[in-house]
Amino acid sequence: MNQQKPYSVSMPTGQTETKLTLAADLRPRMETKGLSVYYGKKMGVRNVSMPIYANTVTALIGPSGCGKTTFLRALNRMHDLTPIARVEGEALLDGQNIYAPGVDAVEIRRKIGMVFQKPNPFPTLTIYDNVAAGLKLMGVRRRDVLDEAVERSLTQAALWNEVKDRLRAPGMSLSGGQQQRLCIARALTVQPEVLLMDEPTSSLDPISTQSIEDLLTELKKHVTVAIVTHNMQQAGRVSDFTGYFLLGDLIEFGPTNQLFTNPKDPHTEAYITGRFG
Amino acid sequence: MRPPTDIASAIPKGGNLRVRRVWNVVMVILLLLGSIVVLSPLIAVLGAVFVNGLPTINLAFLTQEFRPVGEGGGGLLHAIVGTLMMNLLALLIGGLLGFAGGVLLSEYPDHPITPYLRTISDLLNGLPALLKGLVIYAIIVLPTGMFSGYAGALALAIILAPIVLRSTEGVLQLVPWSVREAGVALGLPRWRVTISLVIPAATFGVVTGLMLGFARAAGEAAPLFFTAGGSQFLNLTLGQPTESLALTIFKYANEPAVLRQEQAWGAALILTSMVLVASLLARWATRKYN
Amino acid sequence: MASQPFLSARHSPLYRAFGDRLFLLVLLLFGLTIIGIVVLMGWQLAAGGSQAFAQFGLLGFLGGVTWDPVANVYGAWPFILGTLITSLAAIILAFFPAIAIAIYAVEYAPRWLSNTIQYALELLAALPSVIYGLWGLLVLAPILRSYQQNIVIWAMENQHDWLLAILGPPIGFGMSTAIIVLAVMVIPYAASLAKDSIALVPGAQREAAYALGATKWEVIKNAVLPYAKGGILAGIILGFTRALGETMAVVMVIGNNNNLPFTIFGSATTIPASIINEFGEAMDLKLSALLALGFILFIMSGAMNLLAAWIVKRMSVEGRL
Repeated sequence: MNQQKPYSVSMPTGQTETKLTLAADLRPRMETKGLSVYYGKKMGVRNVSMPIYANTVTALIGPSGCGKTTFLRALNRMHDLTPIARVEGEALLDGQNIYAPGVDAVEIRRKIGMVFQKPNPFPTLTIYDNVAAGLKLMGVRRRDVLDEAVERSLTQAALWNEVKDRLRAPGMSLSGGQQQRLCIARALTVQPEVLLMDEPTSSLDPISTQSIEDLLTELKKHVTVAIVTHNMQQAGRVSDFTGYFLLGDLIEFGPTNQLFTNPKDPHTEAYITGRFG
Repeated sequence: MRPPTDIASAIPKGGNLRVRRVWNVVMVILLLLGSIVVLSPLIAVLGAVFVNGLPTINLAFLTQEFRPVGEGGGGLLHAIVGTLMMNLLALLIGGLLGFAGGVLLSEYPDHPITPYLRTISDLLNGLPALLKGLVIYAIIVLPTGMFSGYAGALALAIILAPIVLRSTEGVLQLVPWSVREAGVALGLPRWRVTISLVIPAATFGVVTGLMLGFARAAGEAAPLFFTAGGSQFLNLTLGQPTESLALTIFKYANEPAVLRQEQAWGAALILTSMVLVASLLARWATRKYN
Repeated sequence: MASQPFLSARHSPLYRAFGDRLFLLVLLLFGLTIIGIVVLMGWQLAAGGSQAFAQFGLLGFLGGVTWDPVANVYGAWPFILGTLITSLAAIILAFFPAIAIAIYAVEYAPRWLSNTIQYALELLAALPSVIYGLWGLLVLAPILRSYQQNIVIWAMENQHDWLLAILGPPIGFGMSTAIIVLAVMVIPYAASLAKDSIALVPGAQREAAYALGATKWEVIKNAVLPYAKGGILAGIILGFTRALGETMAVVMVIGNNNNLPFTIFGSATTIPASIINEFGEAMDLKLSALLALGFILFIMSGAMNLLAAWIVKRMSVEGRL
């Protein structure tokens, strides 16, 4: 029933050394098995099985409307918030199905953070309070802990140096790119295991985009990243693995280099070479 | 750099999740209770109007004029006619004022007067209806020395105007700018575009706004107290003191005779039905329009 | 539409410019009339009340506690006090229920129920004041009277004299009845406005909080309400403003008594109620005093309206950007 898509984890030749090191202890942080999402009667994503390896960046690409965002949002149960959406199949986090009965979606979303298309800082809060929001939810009141956590997250999000002198300024006073990094810092503060990013640079200018892309390479030391992007070059630059979606199906999944240089599926090849999409 | 604090150990066990879950449920219950607190008196008011009003309504009640309690109490024809006449005149005057103001706000957004007009109109809408009656009393009733349906209609017109203004502005805004651009591209002057293209496209919405304004004005009693003055006779002109349903309710409710109180409920049911019909039509129209 | 003959562009530029000018002029005339009406209201009430203000002095009139048509002495303080107490108490009573139903309708209720609540609130906000008065007078007051009597009897039996002094006579018509009727009337108004501003909170704000691992209530508390607070507050202030000017419903249930001190159950009065009550036989100085009361109400209500508009502008998230 769980028809597994064939995917390769063997590293092709020409792989950089860092990626080879990664390959040595490659283990899935998350894995989906036959995951489908329906909106009412409409199918959003069909029977997707793929791993998301720990401490890597996995890119989800495909033409718009292909289901990549729908799939991403199924990974931290955001579809629970849409009454007509229904999810079938399994999504495992460290081997445990997040859709199993008795699993608390609130706890899951704490462990699997999310960054959205448009920066969405809380407009009434300061920079500091935006970043500390998640920890405060969990009942952390100690000032020193909060200070430490805010500094650490902002540093990880490569924003600390730009805002350390104005932590009390409103979050909305930052530029678009800074706001998006603020949202990344906010997501990191609760120490998620996985960070889902839904086209995080689509509303940003090229320089801000560059800064976020640079950040991703650093981020994967701390978290596992899955990123939806409509920009193939971006997927090529930042990701270790790539999944190609088309009309709700996962067409192909593999190491980014291999998928881009030697796609197995003709659809993937057409998309990669720009003949389609 | 300082040695890193162990953030994880500072988090209360399980992130306080159990306590937070309980709060989550408690708040739903509180919100539901609050909603019931809101809806129950409202149901009580509507229920009382229907239960007490329905037995009173019959043909005689709607077609007879005032009669003393000893002679059966008569009906509400004089009040119904007075209400309709005053409100129709008010709709004509206040509707025109508000409509023109709404067109100005929507079609000339850059005109320097626009922001002031919008603020002042909202202010006028928020001012007590009573004061609108008092002012008509001071400038019309006092000098002429007589209550009249005309004065009442003017007071109601002041109540109507800002309501119609805001609804007109709202529905004209819904007409896409491309319609105006298309008209201008045809070489039409702006006023022609507004009258021949924009307003016809929004007729439905404008009429809905007028209807809601009419229903609101029809329920006003306080301003008529100083202007229309009330009357026991059926008048077919507005040049003399005129009765309205809302005034009748106020007067009859305070009379000791049970019959009068019953008639007050009957009048309340008629008024409520008018509001009900107007808002249902408005809702239907909005749905159809969108 | 473009094929209709009257839409053809055969007119001279002169005609166009003239038509546009004339059209705008007519619109401006109507618009200025609306502005003029407000100015006229303020002016007429001030001018009409000037005799009373001159006779007793501005502060003397505002602070005067005697209202005696026989001695021709008029003071506004009991009316101002009554208006403020009833309106404030009503909005305090209305505050949590109004926000609760607004939150429930937007965040929890299924679509059909949310629509039904919306319609019910609109309908009840549009229901004439005199109907609430009728209900208060003939239905609510008799019920409240029996409760009030029980409380007063209890206080008498336990000899709480201080409490009896605060409670006042349990006649059913008075301050507390007026407050309850006012609260019932302003709730739909405040709730509709709160509901509108909660519905305007972008979904992205809710998602941001959910993605941090917030429970539904925490999402509402930390993301939705802070974002919507400008609109909610403005709605509460407009509800208060509506209570200030509410006339028929109050005059029918408050008992109309201007002797201080007011008690909780006992009869009291407000500015609008007294204008209706005293108007009948008003002439000369008394009429001027009533118009002066109207002017005070005009200022109070106008100021609160402008405050609400200012808050919507300044405190809304968009306004701060």
